[in-house]
Amino acid sequence: MMRLFAFLMLFAAPLAAQEEIVLGLSQDAVAITADFDGSEILVFGAIRRESPMPDGQLGVIVTVAGPDTPIVVRRKARRLGIWVNVDDVKIDAAPSFYAVATSGPLSKVLRPSEDLHNRITIPQAVREVGTNVLDSRSFARALMRIRERDNLYQTLEGQVDLSRDTLFETHIAMPANLTEGFYVARIFLTRDGNVVDTYVTSIPVKKVGMERWLYNLAHEQALLYGLLSLAIAISAGWLASAAFGLLRR
Amino acid sequence: MQIYLPIAEISVNLFLLLGLGGIVGILSGMFGVGGGFLLTPLLFFIGIPPAVAVATGATQIVASSVSGLLAHLKRRTVDLRMGSVLLIGGLIGAGLGIIIFNYLRSMGQVDLLVTIFYVVFLGIIGSLMFIESLRAIRKSGRIPTRRKHNWIHNLPFKIKFRVSGLYISVIPPMMVGVFVGILSAIMGVGGGFIMVPAMIYLLGMPTKVVIGTSLFQIIFVTAFTTLLHATTNYTVDIVLAVFLLIGGVIGAQFGTHIGLKLKAEQLRILLALLVLTVCFKLGLDLLLQPAEVYSIAKGIGT
Repeated sequence: MMRLFAFLMLFAAPLAAQEEIVLGLSQDAVAITADFDGSEILVFGAIRRESPMPDGQLGVIVTVAGPDTPIVVRRKARRLGIWVNVDDVKIDAAPSFYAVATSGPLSKVLRPSEDLHNRITIPQAVREVGTNVLDSRSFARALMRIRERDNLYQTLEGQVDLSRDTLFETHIAMPANLTEGFYVARIFLTRDGNVVDTYVTSIPVKKVGMERWLYNLAHEQALLYGLLSLAIAISAGWLASAAFGLLRR
Repeated sequence: MQIYLPIAEISVNLFLLLGLGGIVGILSGMFGVGGGFLLTPLLFFIGIPPAVAVATGATQIVASSVSGLLAHLKRRTVDLRMGSVLLIGGLIGAGLGIIIFNYLRSMGQVDLLVTIFYVVFLGIIGSLMFIESLRAIRKSGRIPTRRKHNWIHNLPFKIKFRVSGLYISVIPPMMVGVFVGILSAIMGVGGGFIMVPAMIYLLGMPTKVVIGTSLFQIIFVTAFTTLLHATTNYTVDIVLAVFLLIGGVIGAQFGTHIGLKLKAEQLRILLALLVLTVCFKLGLDLLLQPAEVYSIAKGIGT
């Protein structure tokens, strides 16, 4: 009887979840400093239950998405013997970074309908890509292929460690060429591939210290920044010349 | 050791930057070219966004040219009057070049046109210099051929350029300056690779004076280009520039030394070979099928 009830509950009302995610992050923010060479975020947490554990295959999915940015995907073709950009698809918003980690094979922990609804896997996350253009799917695939090669899009099947059906943790490696902004981490708890609880938090990624100061100066005081660059360049050139002059003497 | 570049927004190896700067610095000192025609494509290869590479390349050329110019000023191998005429033209050209660059950017074909510019100019200049130098070396013993009379000598507004030993119109050097200024803004180069041959073959200046004078013009034109890029596109990366120029200023000192020990014809033939190599590499990229026919550009219309 209990089992049947639990089963019905899962299908009928995921909102009245019996299972809840309690989350921790290894860091609240990612600071881009002068020696920044990528970062690794540890996402860990526990599943809290107020009643006995329901049945069904338990799954945990962690996604981390960088800020959406406008991009242009171009395709080259041979024209008059040389390779030139001939077609392009403009995309108003594509995630600059996207990682999805799961506790098991995707087909086991996530139903396609839930994926479609929550936009969890990479093809779903970049789905809204320029659908009005003919042949745009090959451009979307190219976008995913290139960003996967650069580790900007990652699918980490089975990379979430789930112990005793309660504690979970995963490491998300972020490359050095990150776009600044708020990174949204989403954690999905699934039973037989159906999402039963969701937890969303954000991690700010920003430049700090000198990197921040220079960036702001370049954008807000552009002329001053340009003059500063020139002053540094000219004095460095003069200093080197003087130093070598002394060495020769 | 990795270093994060605040404007380019990527992390690159520190020693790679120092090495690139050093190579370009040696060339700058040896040939009187800013080295931008080599630096800018090399920066593309290590993953610096093209807009940042062009703007920062200009900044770096200022630094390596300053130390090169100081070395030439001491040896009195700079024609300041000729340099000033070239400079006035250069500033006008740089302004025009920025307008053209931003127009190409909005058309989305800036990469292709920049590459074609490189292939065409490097190809023509490289071949001409190579043939000329070979001829000069074969006729060794005789003074290299300087055309005494051509259409240039019939133009008005003649000025005496004492250091170069010339009495010619200001129009041809002014035009050379404008042309080089345009290339400086579009291709992220100092323009020495165009200006040096133009001064030798078109204006008929002596080779020893050509290098110092072109450095003089390059410094001011690239400084102007840097300011234009910094204020309109925000693409000058000062951290990238600093590491490139540390390598660059050291390299330039060695380069000037090497340059003085080689004969003018040898210098010219080496520069010709270098120009042709870069041209060949860039041309190949246009002709061969790329491994990935798709590319991603950040932002709309860049």
